[in-house]
Amino acid sequence: MENFPLVLIISSIVKILIIVHLLLIGVMIMIWAERRVSGWMQDRLGPNRVGPQGLLQPVADGLKFLFKEDLIPDHVDKPLYVMAPAMLLVPALVAVAVVPFGSAITVFGHEIPLQIADINIGILYILAITSLGVYGVVLGAWASNNKYSLLGGLRSSAQMISYELTLGLGIIGILMLTSSLSLRTIAVEQGAYPWQWNFLIHFPAFLAFTTAMFAETNRLPFDLAEAEQELVAGYHTEYSSMKFAMFFMAEYMNMIVGSAVTVTLFLGGWHFFGLENMGGPVWSGLISFGIFFVKTAIFLFVFIWVRWTLPRFRYDQLMNFGWKFLLPVALTSIVVTGILWITTNSRLIVGIGNVVSAFIVVSIVASLLVMKTPKPAIQDSDNRLTPSALDAIE
Amino acid sequence: MNAEQILFILFGAVSLIGAIAVISFRHPIYSALSLIVTFFAQAGLFVLLGAHFVAAVQVIVYAGAIMVLFLFVIMLLNLGTLSVKGAIGTKLKGFAIILGILLAAEGIYIAMNALNDTAVASAEPAAITTTTYDIGELLFSKYLLPFEVTSLILLAALIGVIVLVKRDSQEENQNR
Amino acid sequence: MSLEYYLVLSALLFTTGVIGVLIRRNAIIIFMCIELMLNAANLAFVAISRSLGEATGQVFVFFVMTVAAAEVAIGLAIIVSVFKHRQTINVDEVNSLKG
Repeated sequence: MENFPLVLIISSIVKILIIVHLLLIGVMIMIWAERRVSGWMQDRLGPNRVGPQGLLQPVADGLKFLFKEDLIPDHVDKPLYVMAPAMLLVPALVAVAVVPFGSAITVFGHEIPLQIADINIGILYILAITSLGVYGVVLGAWASNNKYSLLGGLRSSAQMISYELTLGLGIIGILMLTSSLSLRTIAVEQGAYPWQWNFLIHFPAFLAFTTAMFAETNRLPFDLAEAEQELVAGYHTEYSSMKFAMFFMAEYMNMIVGSAVTVTLFLGGWHFFGLENMGGPVWSGLISFGIFFVKTAIFLFVFIWVRWTLPRFRYDQLMNFGWKFLLPVALTSIVVTGILWITTNSRLIVGIGNVVSAFIVVSIVASLLVMKTPKPAIQDSDNRLTPSALDAIE
Repeated sequence: MNAEQILFILFGAVSLIGAIAVISFRHPIYSALSLIVTFFAQAGLFVLLGAHFVAAVQVIVYAGAIMVLFLFVIMLLNLGTLSVKGAIGTKLKGFAIILGILLAAEGIYIAMNALNDTAVASAEPAAITTTTYDIGELLFSKYLLPFEVTSLILLAALIGVIVLVKRDSQEENQNR
Repeated sequence: MSLEYYLVLSALLFTTGVIGVLIRRNAIIIFMCIELMLNAANLAFVAISRSLGEATGQVFVFFVMTVAAAEVAIGLAIIVSVFKHRQTINVDEVNSLKG
């Protein structure tokens, strides 16, 4: 017990180094995968010249970014312009600290959990840190002093606030059944078999959470902050070289962290039947890490898949969808989960009740919307504040 | 000096500097950023005090939602060019600072002395961390009524905002 | 760390907020200063809650945050509509009650 702090410190430092580098390598692989998978989905090749299968393309891109001139336009607000990319990148890096990557490995008689820090408010920490990512976007947009960037930033801030609610409400059902905020406990509570994982018990909440996460990471179909056709490139129009690369990396890092969190919360963490208890004390830990890695990779593939499946939302559609569909579904899921769990204490009934109630809510909302829309409403929908106030200024 | 004292001085200094920056920056965006820094340092202080849940909620609510709203409005109104002139009223400045120093002295005096003979100060802080469970239990038993009342406050705010914005856009439609 | 240090810090933060409300003329910054004062109160609540060894103070912080959130929503809506009507949010210029 005497040398425990030393072991803790050394193992923490090693874990931090490994995780950060895995993240950075993961970003590189994701950039390559995104382009290759996109190519595959559109029946073309994608980058395949640099290295085997084009695997070194991200390295080449990175080198190009490094050697490019670090241009700071004259009209920008310099301190904020320089700070913004870092403010997007740092939360993405820091959030990963509480994600459990695997069970535990035993080295030299010490059991080392595969997680940087198991704090008792883990999921709140994730929510808190990821909610800070918006500052990078908003401040970068504002500091660019450019009309398109500003519009991108405005859209992004409104979108983030709206979808953060769903993100938070979506996990409350899980917290009620697990009665813990620690991500490790949540992962441990889920069994080895897919039907014991949370996504089946809380299926509507899972869908709402995932959708909100797509919105939080600014991915298509929610990338209104950088809608190329309307806003050039939105908040990063004025950025070039390494600063742009940082925005780019932050987006992919957010995707990876988001996938890892989803896997932990809903997809059983590092559990998979038949695999996790193979091998000795060291190997089982590494295998659990492998299972987690594969699950995260599959979820990341879904990110790319969705990108080429769904077109971008219009701004009012985005707001309507967030407030009128996702939020009611997430709220109902909380109420139904609570009531059914207390009365029946059965996960099966909670799961069925959740799906049924979500169906009812969605059909009620949809029929209300249909009843309301017949008269061709010229008055623009719920985003009144933005365009009208902008009109007032100009 | 132990670790807690060093951290207290660090977080305390950052939060004070941030607070002073809020009132001295000319541009609202920089003020808002300084306020975020202050909130962060305060979250750090909450962690030092063992209030992990409150620290997390502090970051989620203040830094994650409230300040984003502030930034949204500052950007929406594009206040940068409009409000620099006359940002600090000169008439009241000296008076305000004297008043502020008096208030600070008073607060410090109360903090140092008035608590001496009460139970609050005599109990040397136990190194406890309050869990989410404790707060939840209090919130849904002893403080259930205040909790429900806060939900009413939120409802009232919701309705108020909708009424404000709705009237504005109706007037605008009439003007067009 | 004894309680006094936290209370002194809380008093200093509160005072900074008060001074800000008095000397600044921009409604949004005045608003931020009010948030600062509420936060100073929160700090005192948590510090006292710790030294009493119970969670009541933190429950109060929870209430303060709720009220602050409601207040920000309303206040910013008011600021936006004042700005739409008068093209300024300098509190010295917004001094008449007629719209």
